[in-house]
Amino acid sequence: MDKKTVVETTINGEQIEFLCEPRQSLLEVLRDELGMTGSKEGCLTGDCGACTVIIDGRATCSCLMLGVEAQGHKIETIEGLANGAQLHPLQQKFLENASLQCGICTPGILMSAKALLDHNPTPSEAEIRYALAGNLCRCTGYDKIVRGVLDAAKAVASKAA
Amino acid sequence: MAATTEGTHQFRVIGTRPIRHDGIEKVTGAAKYGADYSFPGMLYGKVLRSPHAHAIIKSIKTDKARALPGVKAVVTSADLPELADQIAQGGELPINVHHLSCNILARGKVLYDGHAVAAVAATSPHIAEEALRLIEVEYEVLPPAMTVEDAMAPGAPILLADLRNKEDGPDKQTNVAAHIQFKRGDVKEGFKQADFVIERTFKTAMVHQGYIEPHNAVGIYNSDGHATIYCSTQGSFVVRSLSAAVLGIPEGKIRVVPAEIGGGFGGKTTIYLEPLSVLLSQKTGHPVKLTMNRAEVLRASGPTSGGTIRCKMGATKDGKIVAAEIWMAYEAGGFPGSPVPMGAMCIVAAYNIPNLHIDAYDVVVNRPKTAAYRAPGAANAAFASETIIDELAEKCGIDQCDIRILNGAHEGTPQTAGPPYKRIGMIETVEAIKNSPHYKSKLEGKNRGRGVATGFWFNVGFQSSAMVNIHSDGTASVVIGSVDIGGQRASMAMVAAEVLGLDAGDVRPLVADTDSVGYNDVTGGSRTTVATGLAVYEAAQDAVRQLKERAAKLWEKKPEEIEFNNGRLSAAGNGVKPMSIKEIAPRFARTGGPITGRAQVNVRNVGPGFASTCIDVEVDPETGKVQILRATIAQDAGKAVHPAYVEGQMQGGTAQGIGWALNEEYFYDAKGILRNAGLLDYRMPTCLDLPMIETCIVEVPAPGHPIGSRGVGEASIVPPPAAVANAIAHAVGVRMTELPMSPGRVLKAILHKQGAAQAAAAAD
Amino acid sequence: MPTVIVPALLRKLTNGQERVAVRGSTVRQVVEDLDRQFPGMKAQLVEEGELKPGIAVSVDGEMGVGGLLDPVKETSEVYFLPAIGGGLQ
Repeated sequence: MDKKTVVETTINGEQIEFLCEPRQSLLEVLRDELGMTGSKEGCLTGDCGACTVIIDGRATCSCLMLGVEAQGHKIETIEGLANGAQLHPLQQKFLENASLQCGICTPGILMSAKALLDHNPTPSEAEIRYALAGNLCRCTGYDKIVRGVLDAAKAVASKAA
Repeated sequence: MAATTEGTHQFRVIGTRPIRHDGIEKVTGAAKYGADYSFPGMLYGKVLRSPHAHAIIKSIKTDKARALPGVKAVVTSADLPELADQIAQGGELPINVHHLSCNILARGKVLYDGHAVAAVAATSPHIAEEALRLIEVEYEVLPPAMTVEDAMAPGAPILLADLRNKEDGPDKQTNVAAHIQFKRGDVKEGFKQADFVIERTFKTAMVHQGYIEPHNAVGIYNSDGHATIYCSTQGSFVVRSLSAAVLGIPEGKIRVVPAEIGGGFGGKTTIYLEPLSVLLSQKTGHPVKLTMNRAEVLRASGPTSGGTIRCKMGATKDGKIVAAEIWMAYEAGGFPGSPVPMGAMCIVAAYNIPNLHIDAYDVVVNRPKTAAYRAPGAANAAFASETIIDELAEKCGIDQCDIRILNGAHEGTPQTAGPPYKRIGMIETVEAIKNSPHYKSKLEGKNRGRGVATGFWFNVGFQSSAMVNIHSDGTASVVIGSVDIGGQRASMAMVAAEVLGLDAGDVRPLVADTDSVGYNDVTGGSRTTVATGLAVYEAAQDAVRQLKERAAKLWEKKPEEIEFNNGRLSAAGNGVKPMSIKEIAPRFARTGGPITGRAQVNVRNVGPGFASTCIDVEVDPETGKVQILRATIAQDAGKAVHPAYVEGQMQGGTAQGIGWALNEEYFYDAKGILRNAGLLDYRMPTCLDLPMIETCIVEVPAPGHPIGSRGVGEASIVPPPAAVANAIAHAVGVRMTELPMSPGRVLKAILHKQGAAQAAAAAD
Repeated sequence: MPTVIVPALLRKLTNGQERVAVRGSTVRQVVEDLDRQFPGMKAQLVEEGELKPGIAVSVDGEMGVGGLLDPVKETSEVYFLPAIGGGLQ
């Protein structure tokens, strides 16, 4: 076993240092070392998207990235999506649209959707489906998820206007 | 779109769409699923799995693994009590605990690729994984039997030395665990009346529920002999009873705490890791967490059966179905217990067919032991029968919906097993499709087609317990033991709020552990809203009865003189000022103490569920790829408690059914090794594969239920494979008889048809 | 008298007879009388004093939850059929 490395990152706006083994994925570090269990493990092969976080503005499967690779990067996770007690419009619209059933895919989908809206505040249905194609949901058939994102985009736009 | 056919009762809360009570935790990442639990000193467990489909275990050497620093325990089946054949009833289909134990850790023989052989606990998951590589297992590899045909053939490799069936007698080893038969009328005479007879053989692939959350368990064994299990399960009480049986620990010494569950669809109604977590904790004195990775989930949890169905049906030229003769055999996996009895009872359950003969066989094969999957056995069965019905409609020149309405089951129609239906909504769901904007729209364009199919699921009732506590501020909590897998907490709070005259938000729902609430059968069978809903309804009524007693005391009246309406207590007479629950709640102490309503039910009658689905496809004739253009489902919910989550069940089941139809399959090589044990190659529908899924909630209230609800969890998955097959047939003129209808298979069928046409042209 | 509808594969014990008139006011009594008329029937349906695992009983279209204890009326139709899981689903 190789020695642990100190890694300096910014997670949800806070400067955070952690120690990790070279073989630990960022997902494992978040969940097991930092106690941030909101990012979920569904496959460990980058196929399901349940572990999606945003690295420097880009949606990324945290299971496919090593903890040590996070050095110097800005990480956003589900735990930082709400602004304190104020839900992000995506979270609010997911609740209003019943966009979740079991909820296991929800954190990853919300992060993928946030990365989309950050770059494209007025996505079409097709653009939403393309952006979320890497996030598997087995409960909803995606209908209410896509509606939730469309609704959130509207809410963001009306706030901005 | 909602087609309410018989709404008589007016509800105040039921039928509305409040935000679910557990939603906030789920959109913020705070909700704790099984794998999210951690305890001080916790160890990590991993499971060694068989690399062979069928082999005798000659020896297992664990000393090298034990010697690895950080490894705290290694266990094999030698550490579990050897159980006799014994049937455990967990409110489920009976489970043979001997087989269950042998599935959790193989005893003497491995029966499928991925079968658990040993388990390790270590200080980190990585060390546990290293230790697995140090366990030495000597196998004597045997030839596998991978399909029902392989396993039923004379001279087939025998999986279970002791397995016998009634027909072959006590002396003959066999892989056929059971034969079930249903007969009505006289099929020979029936086919004589038919103007058209269609007979085809269908094959369906083994598929997985595909829940996104892998199995998990944290076990904590205390030195006083008590154990606690934290896990994501559909049935905490079933985990308790089955783990107790496998471990040889009294049931009362195990407490199961149901974590949030990341999907189950039937696959989390049995146990895999739970007893191992307790056993490893017992050996080490530490809490032990086990989680499966995705490959383990696919290789070694409980997918549903593939199999073979021969279906022959006859109709008169005006479209009346007069006879059906069906032979079906389902893969049970390594141990008996496929859903073939249910498949047999579902295959033509939507129709009134006077002459019927069904033979069904449960067959063990070298694949993982199957578990339930949403309407178990019904979707593959309907793929066969609903395709034949579509062909009969074509032959008779009758509309796809009309043939289903003409032959549809209704009140009084005998079910497959004999008893007559009470009021059901089969025909209403087909009518809803016929009247839908989708079906009325014109489908234009080349290589496009529209298919319709109908599905049935029994729905079940069974045992539930619930408590309703009235708080001193006049709000309430509902305590249930049914695990919430997709919004049940919201529905249960709504039922209590309806009875108590409160707002849904004033009732806080809680899913309690096995020591904190009375027994509940698993969340499955589409039973929770119906049966646990009934328990909650009666518990709330019990609370109302107590509220009336307290008001009677305060007003010096008899309880029967007290009225309770919309949350207000009142009585005739002078000096009585009506009170809300909020107003009387502070006076509980003076009038007899806290109020808790309780109810326990074992529900006898539930309303069966039907769903009808219409799907438009476009087939690419160059590649065989099928694109879903439009999908609409109409389903009878009896009475939808929370319509948004009813729609969610309809849409989710449709999506799973489409995956089953088009892409999903277990792909084994010749040696019986699973070659697609990952989500890249086990291809489930993504967001890009599907359109919006239009829903129409049909409401034909279930007789005998105070709200009229019918289970809605399952029937939705049944129609899509057949609806897609029928759509493909109408698009490109080929009848698909094998699932999945993947591009390769569809292309082959198209080329075959073109080849036949060219050959015919050449012969002319 | 109540009527038992004999499951297809057990009709070999009833000489092919599908409907059998029986005496009894509970499922237990019905099974006893069925066995008296057609020896061997009870062994097919009952094990250790309970309905066999995997078998359910329906009386007048209502799925019983009491097994052998369920009441039967003079006009009842009694069906024995494969149990549907409470939860396996």
